[in-house]
Amino acid sequence: MAHLAMATGFILILIGFYGALTNRNILRMIVAFTVADSGVNLVLVAVGYMRGRTAPILDNTVPAAEAAARIIDPVPQALVLTAIVIGVGVTALMLAYSYKLYEKKRTLDITKHTELKW
Amino acid sequence: MIRKFAALLILAGIAALFMELLFTYQPDPELNTTARYYADRTAADIGAANIVTAIVVTYRGLDTLGEVTVLFLAAAIVGLVLAQGRRKTAKERAVTPAGELLATGSLFLAPLIMLLGVYVFVNGHLTPGGGFQGGAIIASGMLLMLLADPLKHFSHRLIAMVEALSGMIYVAIGLLGIALAGGFLDSHILPNGELGALFSAGAIPLIYALIGLKVGAEFSAILADLSGTEEL
Repeated sequence: MAHLAMATGFILILIGFYGALTNRNILRMIVAFTVADSGVNLVLVAVGYMRGRTAPILDNTVPAAEAAARIIDPVPQALVLTAIVIGVGVTALMLAYSYKLYEKKRTLDITKHTELKW
Repeated sequence: MIRKFAALLILAGIAALFMELLFTYQPDPELNTTARYYADRTAADIGAANIVTAIVVTYRGLDTLGEVTVLFLAAAIVGLVLAQGRRKTAKERAVTPAGELLATGSLFLAPLIMLLGVYVFVNGHLTPGGGFQGGAIIASGMLLMLLADPLKHFSHRLIAMVEALSGMIYVAIGLLGIALAGGFLDSHILPNGELGALFSAGAIPLIYALIGLKVGAEFSAILADLSGTEEL
């Protein structure tokens, strides 16, 4: 199960990288980056998964005394929670900058934006 | 062609690294030391039923404050970058009207979505959820309203007010932690209460509600900025 989720995450990262490297349209590159971002999050969550255990929430079925033996690792989940939110912020920033680039050159083709090229 | 080939070559290298990681990965049979500490101590120390929330809000409270700051910076920069692009007034923009289904549905659904967002962040210490998730849900309600009526004008002043106030109270609660409890952002300024009750886990529900409002306001500001931008 963990391997399956992890393999899916790695495949998503590769798809995202492929899209970012081969597409020339900036909007498509941004979409590709968000796909890779989801892949990274999936891999991180998969690392915390442990077979036969349950979510890290204490209740009647998971009393505090047995928690250590019953729950999966909560740390990657806390990490991914952070990563998802920051990912949204980064995506919004990329979109805003792509708007600015379009405004300047009237094109979203990355090969036409050559100011930083050497 | 060469560009595509080079890209595939790089990807093959990364894929080889990933394969190595994937096939040598062994899930831990037991929790590691850090996770075990959180699992054993959360109920007694923090009193939050949701251990992830205890980590995010109290054990790693400072990181969360940093995260909220990063989000604020992102929202502020989006506003700054797009502010110069807004020249046309809303009236000059020709917009295809939303369909009847969307327009009527959003009237019905948007308040319910906002309510769900508030529920999610108020119960962040008990159920899966919390300030960030609740804030994102609130912003999705805003997005639905914007989809139904792209010319809708949200009060930027109100959004900025909610964001600034919740951020300031969040930091003030953190400082109260230094005065009344063990340190910055310590949740013990309020009693721990009974595990699983709504008013439990010290200041966590309060802090997460503030984070929820702040994140919701920030995402809404980003959405309003992006939608209010003139079409080129």
